[in-house]
Order: sequence, then structure tokens, then C-alpha cells
Amino acid sequence: MKAIQTEQLSLGYKDELVIEELDLTIPKGEITAFIGSNGCGKSTLLKSLARLLKPKDGSVELAGKDIDKTSTKEIARQLAIMPQSPQAPEGLTVLQLVKQGRYPYQSWYKQWSEEDEDAVQYALDVTGIKEFEDRTVDSLSGGQRQRAWIAMTLAQDTDIILLDEPTTFLDLTHQIDILDLLSELNEQEGRTIVMVLHDLNLACRYADHIVAIQGKSVFEQGDPDEIITPQLIHSVFGLQCQVTCDPICGSPMCIPYSRQRQVKGANRYAAQQVQAN
Amino acid sequence: MLKSNALKGLGLIIGLVIVLILMWASVLYGYTDITSQMIIDSFTNFDESNEHYIIQDNRIPRSLIAAAVGASLAIAGAIMQGLTNNPLASPTIFGVNAGASFFVVFGVTFLGITSLQSFAWLAFAGAAVASVTVYLLGSLGSDGLTPIKITLAGAAIAALFSSMTQGMLAMNETALEQVLFWLTGSVQGRSLEILMSVLPYLIVGWFVALLLGKHLNVLVMGEELAKGLGQKTYLIKLAGALAVVLLSGGAVAIAGPIGFIGIVIPHIARWFAGISYSWVIPYSAIIGAMLLLLADIAARYVIYPQEAPVGVMIALVGVPFFIYIARRGINE
Repeated sequence: MKAIQTEQLSLGYKDELVIEELDLTIPKGEITAFIGSNGCGKSTLLKSLARLLKPKDGSVELAGKDIDKTSTKEIARQLAIMPQSPQAPEGLTVLQLVKQGRYPYQSWYKQWSEEDEDAVQYALDVTGIKEFEDRTVDSLSGGQRQRAWIAMTLAQDTDIILLDEPTTFLDLTHQIDILDLLSELNEQEGRTIVMVLHDLNLACRYADHIVAIQGKSVFEQGDPDEIITPQLIHSVFGLQCQVTCDPICGSPMCIPYSRQRQVKGANRYAAQQVQAN
Repeated sequence: MLKSNALKGLGLIIGLVIVLILMWASVLYGYTDITSQMIIDSFTNFDESNEHYIIQDNRIPRSLIAAAVGASLAIAGAIMQGLTNNPLASPTIFGVNAGASFFVVFGVTFLGITSLQSFAWLAFAGAAVASVTVYLLGSLGSDGLTPIKITLAGAAIAALFSSMTQGMLAMNETALEQVLFWLTGSVQGRSLEILMSVLPYLIVGWFVALLLGKHLNVLVMGEELAKGLGQKTYLIKLAGALAVVLLSGGAVAIAGPIGFIGIVIPHIARWFAGISYSWVIPYSAIIGAMLLLLADIAARYVIYPQEAPVGVMIALVGVPFFIYIARRGINE
């Protein structure tokens, strides 16, 4: 099953193409992660899937319908996007923020309904920020703030959620916390999640489907267990590394070589063994 | 800040009552002594006395104009602050009032225009030209519209239009006499006719503004986020710009460029109503009307028996407040 599909999609700014003639399918009900080096166009691609960027050529289809021909409100009821490090206006409370997620369900004649209220309460509960609902967004810690933004996208009540680097600027504890939350939403409610992730190892751990972007197109895509190899990492990131097994989750784990750092300490022997292999 | 919606609604009603009281006071107080009984008589039993003429031809138009202009400028400021996400945005700072004034003075000096209706259209055209120019100048460059760029563009355009206006007046003394009092900003000596010719546009502006509130709340979270929530952001911006042009252009056509209401009032409104534009806009309207009514009454007494232009009165209050906001904006 496919959630989103692109056909011959070309994207760019002014005269420069960032993505060229891309055919891509985002599987329904799975977690997909876009990886690639800085400036490869993964954020651009994510934005175009959410109709925030008009294609230079080609099309994006959501549930089999061209998004360019679907009303933007209709799309907002099927797909939510959380931009990279969004900014809340000073003084906005968490509750006010989450309520904005109901915007696509309102019109000048239809005001706040019970359904809206339920969706907001659900979003506050599931993200665990109910206790902060009266605090202002700018007074929250980074992790809580990110949860508040995710709650807003959840209040939008869409089957598909796109997130642009949801873990940037968070410490490791909170990165895991946010990714666990997204993973639960995917598993328990079958929501399709598509995100841009910088951390390769976390991408391998949490994603069912990885899309590696390089050279204005998809270099490789598929199950991380099958596609993540030293060759792929070298081709996509220009980085020499070894791929081993995540000792906790069993997913592929990349360990980069470096030019400078010398092997030292008690583990030297073991490390040299690995390098020799 | 008033917490619940019921309290905010109540606050609006109380504000409205205060506006009505101030409008009554504006008819009562001044150089000629008027009593409440005389005001009632002037409607029910007009006796062609001096007082009744002053009430009907001077004080009542003045009171209505002060309320309408104060509310309009304050709403225009609130919408501009929402559209540009910039606490310093207002019709004066962004050159909209200067543009409207320039067009009106141009019409008076070179085209010999005297009709009120054309006055209004000149002011709308000037407000529109200034808004579009400032918006485009502020959006130049790869990083798009930023608060600092649009403020600089506004300051530049405001200075350009004001100096061109002054240049025209320096060359033409008769025009200077005609428009000088208008140019300092005043609600005195305007006929009810001027208000009536502009009122339909102001009403459209007020109506659009009230509908815009909840959409501005989404837009201030960022263009991408608003689009992601299914907002047609260009439509909201266009409607907002239309309201700003109608309200500030209309206000300038009636009263001349009165500064500081547009920037100061929305901030005061936020103290009462919080940050939601659904409340900030109606509160701005009420408080804007109050401030201009109060300033206009005060203007009759500061250099009694002469009258000070109300624009000067507003500036005396507005300047310290503006510095306060500007400093806070920079510190953040």
C-alpha cells in the first residue's frame, strides 16, 4: 500500500534543480526516514510532499490524487507536517498551540466542536504534556516543546505525519524519547510517518524504510537491514565506515573512520581486531 | 490579562460603554459650555441657537470622527503586526500614512482636487502604493521578508514620502495653508460629510478585520506552518492588506496622518486580551477609539483657550511608549 507517490518529480529553487525526475513511493503505515548529506534536498523533498513547495515538474499524489488539484484544507486533513525548529509566538500557551491543529476542520460557519475538543485532549494525553497545557510554549524545555509541536500535528488527526528533523537540538535522551513516541503512534495507530533524520543509527533503528538521497535523486531505498552497507554510506555521505549490528535492536549501525583519532585504552586489541577484519 | 473568554467579552462591553461615555463627554467639553440637556434638545427641539449649531456641526462630527479614526488606525496597526510578525509594525512606521498624505497633498497642489470623495480615493491609492512598495522592498533578497528589513524599508519610504510632501508644500504656499492643519493630524473642523463619504470603506475594513483574527493566529506561527494547516496564506495576506489600506487610507483622508495609535494600541490591547488576534483586534478598536477621544478632549485644554492639534497630543504619549516597545523588541 502506498501513502504518497511522486511521478517524475523535479524540485528546485530558481534555476537550480535539487531533485530531478524522481519516482518515489512512501509505504503506508510504516516509518520512512530520509537520509543524505547536508543540502542533498531531503528537506526540500519532504516539503514538496506536503505541497509547501511547488514542483518544477512532475507531480505528487496523495491517496491517488494529485495534490496540486486537491484543496489545501482537504490535504491538511490527511497529512500534517512539522517544519524544522518551528517558532511559537511569544506568550502562546501549549493548549492554544495544540488547538491550532484543528484549523483545517474549521470554517467561518463551523466553530469549535466536541470533536475538536476530543482531538485536542487526545493529543495532549498521548504526548504527555497535559500537565503543561497552561504554560507558554517558550517556557518549556526543548524536549517538552517538541512534544507540544507534535501534539499540534496530532490534533490535526491525519493518517500521515511528516517531520523535518524532529530531533535536532535535543540531547540524546530526548531524541530517543521523541522517536519512541513517533514509533508508538505508528505501531498502535498505524499512522504513516515520514521524517528527515540526521542521525543514521537512529534512522536505522526506528525506520522500516530508508530513502537515501544523493545526486538529485534516490540513491537507494528499502529496509535498513538490506540497504545500509559501507558502500552505500560512502556513496551517499562520502564517508568511510564500518557497518556493524546495533547490540540492542539488531539494526545496522555505522561506525565512521576518522583521519585523526588514534585507538587507545584497554579496548585497543579488540578494536584492532575489528579493523583487521 | 483577562483569562476566560467570558471575562474578555465582558471587558469588551465595558470598553464599549466607556467609548460611548467619552463620545458624550467629547460633545460636552470645550470652549463653549454645553450641557447634556442642550445635546438632547439639539436633536428634539433645534432652536438655531449658537450652542445647538456647535453641537450639531462641530462637536458631534468631531466625536464620531475621533472614535472612528482611532478605532481604524488601531485595527490597521494590529493587522500589520500580525501580517509581518513584527511588534513595530504600524501605518506610521511602515510609511502607509505618509504615502496616503503624499497622494492627498499631490492631488491638492497639482490636480486642484477639493472634493471629499476624491480625497478618499487619493488616500487609498497612496496607502496601497506605500504598502506594496514597503512589502516588496522588505522581501528583497534570498531570506525573504524579515522584521528588520521591512522596518528599514518602512522607515525609508515614510521619510521619502514625507520629504516629498514637504517639498511640494514649500513650493506652493496656498496649498500649504489648505493642508497644514490637516497634515498635523486633527479631528477638529471636519464635517460629518467627510466621515460619511469614507465610512462605507471603514466598515468594510472593520468587518474584514474581525473575520481575519483566527487566521492571523495561524499565520504568525510561520508561513510554512500555516500552509501545512491548510491556510491559503496569500488570501489572508491579501485580505489583511486590503483592510490596512482601507482603514489607514480612510483615517488619513478624514483626519490627516495621526501617528502612534497604530503601534501603541495593539500592545495595550494585548495586556488585556492576550495574544489571540480574535480578541486583540476588537480590543484595539475599542482602546484606539478611547485614546483618540481622550486625546482630543485633552487637546482643547492644554493651551486653553486655544486648541492643540490632537496629533501632537498623541505623539506626546506615543513616543515614550514606542521607545519602550522598540527596546523590548531589540532585547529579545
